[in-house]
Amino acid sequence: MARFVQYALTGLSAGSLYALVALGIVLIYRSTRVLNFAHGDVATLGTFVAFALISQGYPFSVAFPVAILVGALAAVAFYFGVLIPAQRQGATLLGQVILTLGLALIFQGLIVYQWGAEPDRFPFPLSDSKTWKVGPVFISELSLGTFGAGLVGSLLLYVLVQKTRLGLAMRATSENLPAAQTLGIPTRRVLGISWGIASALGVVAGIFLAPALLLDPFFMLDPFLKGFAAAVLGGLNSLPGAVVGGLILGVAESLAGGYVTIQFKNTLAFVIIIVVLLVRPEGLLGHEFKERV
Amino acid sequence: MSPLLKVSSIETLYFDRIYALFGVSLEVEERQIFAVLGPNGAGKTTLLKTVAGLLKDQPKKGVIEFAGHRIERRPPEKVANLGIVYVPEDRGLFRELTVAENLELGLWGRRDDGVQEDLEFVFGMFPILKERGKQQAETLSGGEQQMLALGRAMLRRPRLLMLDEPSLGLAPQVAKAVFEALLTISRRGTTILLVEQNARLALKVAHHGAILEAGRIVLQGTPKDLEANEDVREVYLGIGAADTVSPRGSAGPATRRRAGAAPQGVRSLAPRLVE
Repeated sequence: MARFVQYALTGLSAGSLYALVALGIVLIYRSTRVLNFAHGDVATLGTFVAFALISQGYPFSVAFPVAILVGALAAVAFYFGVLIPAQRQGATLLGQVILTLGLALIFQGLIVYQWGAEPDRFPFPLSDSKTWKVGPVFISELSLGTFGAGLVGSLLLYVLVQKTRLGLAMRATSENLPAAQTLGIPTRRVLGISWGIASALGVVAGIFLAPALLLDPFFMLDPFLKGFAAAVLGGLNSLPGAVVGGLILGVAESLAGGYVTIQFKNTLAFVIIIVVLLVRPEGLLGHEFKERV
Repeated sequence: MSPLLKVSSIETLYFDRIYALFGVSLEVEERQIFAVLGPNGAGKTTLLKTVAGLLKDQPKKGVIEFAGHRIERRPPEKVANLGIVYVPEDRGLFRELTVAENLELGLWGRRDDGVQEDLEFVFGMFPILKERGKQQAETLSGGEQQMLALGRAMLRRPRLLMLDEPSLGLAPQVAKAVFEALLTISRRGTTILLVEQNARLALKVAHHGAILEAGRIVLQGTPKDLEANEDVREVYLGIGAADTVSPRGSAGPATRRRAGAAPQGVRSLAPRLVE
């Protein structure tokens, strides 16, 4: 039992970061119907900015917000500088998705150019060797902090979307764009902000993932795929679904890694996703967009 | 007095080659209820969408003037901010949001003192919207949804309210209630441009009517003029002109078919009425 709880806790900690990644993907998907393949790489960029600042002696409390801001601004710049002009030219959704893929590769190139491809240790204020014993299980400072970051990030997003005027405009814009436009809501700005917020969440996930992994230009690929899978699992257009999907995925892979074999860690998680999607194609909490033709 | 909305020979095309509107002109006077009638596919919705700026780069040709501003090919937000509110055929509600949230979005960008007064006007007209405030819009009945759409539109203090088929899918009694609300709205000073298939209902409230067929306005006039036109009577109002032998108007050539069958409501007036 203690083993089970231990694995589950480890899984929840990882899962909360998958949830953050998934939230970003869902936020962008449900507002612009674009799957953002650059999501992981924007997070990588932000994480490297934090890394560079810390290496130059800035405290974490400065590096963290600056990194988030850089990630958010990069996404906003992409939205206004590339995506909107492409939409004006009549780009299809698939075309726009390919543009995000291109952005991902550009960011990867830039990061390799600037910081090299050698893996590096990410200096982080929380340590994973400092642990507390709670009953029969161990909790490390890092995994507690990670879980906290996931929780706070999700809650902030919830409050923003459900309780603020901006959130109301975001919900309205993502549900019915023409109606929002005719009400005079500045939909472009709202969508741009959604891209920025989504990427900010991605950077938070990246910074908390980096200490457990080694920092290299491709370190977000695996978490991005997990986040994507979590988003699909929860339902691509459901924000609560993203959190549920992320947590389920984290716990499932941790249990699989612990009880079966570590090689099986990723496999089982995706087997679960396949099974869920066969039974519920719209995901656990998703529902299909009701679009009129 | 110059008209509030002046549409001058606009041409709207789909996919760069399919004409939906072919030189449509009309003038809507301030405080008027202007009804555009016509069969399916005549271009009624296209006309409203073109004015609202919802069709990218359309109209291809022609001029649209609103209160002295040129508004053709302007983005929809700009048009909306000039005081034109468009209620689409599907009512344009946010179905997953509550009634109160939908209304709040109608107040977007308003900072004037009249908000309370307008809310009272809307709740006075449709008390149901106050009772159902916390309900999701998609749980409302068709009539209630139309009321929510009208209420939300009024919160924008429109100078021009454009309605696409407000009676669509409503039971006759409910449709009647909606049209009575239009009269209330009109009395408050709002200009209304509506397109409707239910000609009888529309002509009852309208001050001016136009008939749109195959992308052209084929007839315009007061409801009286339109009702007096035999073709309109037969095709749109379903009044059996076949039984009455009456002197022919200038519009109808003698080759007209009068099989004596009940009017179908789909026959076109276009070939006979284009001048």
